[in-house]
Amino acid sequence: MPQLQTTYPRPPSSFLSDDHDDFRRTVASFVEREIRPNADAWEQDGQCSRELYAKAGAAGFLGLRYDPELGGSGLDFMATCVLAEELAKGDSIGTAVALMAQSEFALAILADEASDELKAAWMAPAIAGELIGAIGVSEPDAGSDVAAITTRARRDGGDYVISGQKTFISNGTRADFITLAVRTGEAGPRGISLVVFPTDTPGFEVGRRLDKLGARASDTGELFFDECRIPATNLVGEEGHGLRYILSHFGGERLVIAAFAVGIMERLIELGLDYAGSREVFGGPILGLQTWRHRFAEMATRLEATRLLAHHAARLLSDHEPPGDMAVSMAKLHAADAVQFVAAEVLQLHGGFGQMEESPIPRYYRDVAGFSIGAGTSEIMRELIARALI
Amino acid sequence: MNVVVCVKQIPDPADPGQMDPETRTLKRDVKLILDESDSYGVEMGLQLVDAAGEGEVVLVSMVPNNEVSGLRTALAMGAGSAVLVSDEALAGSDALSTAKVLAAAIRRCEADLIITATESSDGYTGTVPVQIAELLDLPSATFAKSIEIDGDVAKVQRQTEDGYDEIECSLPCVVSVTAGVVEPRYPSFKGIMAAKNKPVDELDLAALGIDPATVGWAGARQEIVDIAEAPAGEAGEIIHDEGDAHERILAFLDDLKIL
Ligand SMILES: Cc1cc2nc3c(=O)[nH]c(=O)nc-3n(C[C@H](O)[C@H](O)[C@H](O)COP(=O)(O)OP(=O)(O)OC[C@H]3O[C@@H](n4cnc5c(N)ncnc54)[C@H](O)[C@@H]3O)c2cc1C
Ligand SMILES: Cc1cc2nc3c(=O)[nH]c(=O)nc-3n(C[C@H](O)[C@H](O)[C@H](O)COP(=O)(O)OP(=O)(O)OC[C@H]3O[C@@H](n4cnc5c(N)ncnc54)[C@H](O)[C@@H]3O)c2cc1C
Repeated sequence: MPQLQTTYPRPPSSFLSDDHDDFRRTVASFVEREIRPNADAWEQDGQCSRELYAKAGAAGFLGLRYDPELGGSGLDFMATCVLAEELAKGDSIGTAVALMAQSEFALAILADEASDELKAAWMAPAIAGELIGAIGVSEPDAGSDVAAITTRARRDGGDYVISGQKTFISNGTRADFITLAVRTGEAGPRGISLVVFPTDTPGFEVGRRLDKLGARASDTGELFFDECRIPATNLVGEEGHGLRYILSHFGGERLVIAAFAVGIMERLIELGLDYAGSREVFGGPILGLQTWRHRFAEMATRLEATRLLAHHAARLLSDHEPPGDMAVSMAKLHAADAVQFVAAEVLQLHGGFGQMEESPIPRYYRDVAGFSIGAGTSEIMRELIARALI
Repeated sequence: MNVVVCVKQIPDPADPGQMDPETRTLKRDVKLILDESDSYGVEMGLQLVDAAGEGEVVLVSMVPNNEVSGLRTALAMGAGSAVLVSDEALAGSDALSTAKVLAAAIRRCEADLIITATESSDGYTGTVPVQIAELLDLPSATFAKSIEIDGDVAKVQRQTEDGYDEIECSLPCVVSVTAGVVEPRYPSFKGIMAAKNKPVDELDLAALGIDPATVGWAGARQEIVDIAEAPAGEAGEIIHDEGDAHERILAFLDDLKIL
């Protein structure tokens, strides 16, 4: 891929400091050196390299918001936004998902609710990139309706014995541990708990690595649990509070998806401007056509609206302001729409070339299809916004 | 073990700005960043200090304005402090003037080892390192691909066309390191924040006791007499395989005297 002629003229954000700008440069050079050169191979392999976690850990990416005692950086969601925006530009969203499914999805609940022993045993090595973590909630019969999960954890003396099945789990095929949602009590919302599940537990089995439309460098797994015995001390927080922990930590996941969308839109607009500036049609560059100039204006407007909404949500979430949940739902809803719009526009702009796998455009087009599904669907986002509103 | 690493702050190669038609040099009124060539020296310095278990990496840099952002990057990687020589009179300095100024600044540090890159990315005369060594009357080793400290000796592997030479220098010495021989660490967010509180000692020419007439445009003994556009790359030759592609590729390489 030749060096792009165009750099998206990102406006300064009043939510970010010079430190964030410097950190953005760190992440951008990480993407340039570690991700983009490997993107094609990892997309092909269906997973990024394990070594990448160690490199991301050494660069401090996997523990931005967490306790410095555990190797984290003690920052807030603004830093998460910058990391996600830049990681998404490596032409391999799957790789970005693989890293952040660990740093923001698997670890977030542990950071707030797990015992010090669990944090030391699992969070610290995950922040260093020595272990891979996953968040295991979804099941074949429970997706949007989290309260419907049936994977059972039976108390037996000092242990839990776990049986059931999970699916669509990012990092699932090679995670060292899973922040796992299990049913410890009655049916319904109050019978759910979270445990840290070590994947070397006897009775645990990884099924297929699922073959999917986009985000292909992120492995997505089916997981089976057959009478898996783990110590009861692996319980996260209190028994029966699992659903509350899950729902109150979805914000970070949703913010990450919105920030990925921001980064992808920047990259797509850069790719688009480059192409439109050099490709001549009817004796002039596409960029000279008002039709396309206006379409770029529309794309940039949706990008900036997404960025502001995402940064606004990040600020509120960081300050533990209750409207943060509504803002982050809006950010994710808007982001999925905007990025799917921009991907379709830039695909159209590239004509036949946009259909060719040698260009990064078709991959982005596929990658963003899932943005209105993962971490809560757009329908669920609307439902949450309506509930906050009405 | 105190390691001085010379780091040049240069215009961002991704957005280098303009050449000044009058002075025929690159305009430097843009934001300057850490020369990537120097990130290898910084990494090597950090590794040597780590291995020694004590001491720190001290950065030395010279700029006509008082730019520090490139220094902040290297401080965020883990360097302990920096000396910045900044003086308007430095604009237009040639390589020898640069070396004089850097040598004067290095003299103020208690350096066990001085590291530079082999050549900078913007000026790339590759002459500053040995000039510093000469001015400080220190031994120098160039094109290092690795440095190991053994007592008061630096064992250096010097890259050659066929492999490498093994050389030894008594400390202190000046070693220039080749790009790409170590993996520079990424400045983490924690490092970026910590860098703000690390000391940057800003000195002007007076503080170093250097006469402004001997450096900058005034003192330059080297002049750039002409600059020209690089010739545009010519389109390559496309060989379509009609069963004889391998022969034509061999002939092509033969023409270039590569075979
Ligand atoms: C690539 C990928 C990675 C994933 N990674 C993980 C992971 O790491 N961990 C994990 O636990 N899960 C993961 N998931 C699962 C993801 O969270 C679910 O797919 C998602 O929550 C939707 O659930 P579902 O697929 O069961 O769809 P369903 O819940 O069956 O939804 C089907 C359709 O019905 C709509 N719908 C559902 N409820 C309502 C309603 N109340 N009103 C209106 N419409 C409604 C939905 O919006 C959707 O359009 C991943 C999914 C994907 C695709
Ligand atoms: C062809 C040419 C073009 C030039 N263009 C310009 C120009 O556009 N604008 C301008 O102002 N000057 C220009 N100069 C002057 C040039 O920047 C100085 O000569 C320079 O300070 C030293 O030369 P160099 O960069 O070639 O050093 P090199 O000998 O290539 O540098 C080797 C290493 O020495 C160290 N080092 C060198 N300079 C510094 C420094 N200032 N601070 C800290 N460490 C350093 C670094 O580790 C560097 O990698 C030019 C000179 C030449 C000959």
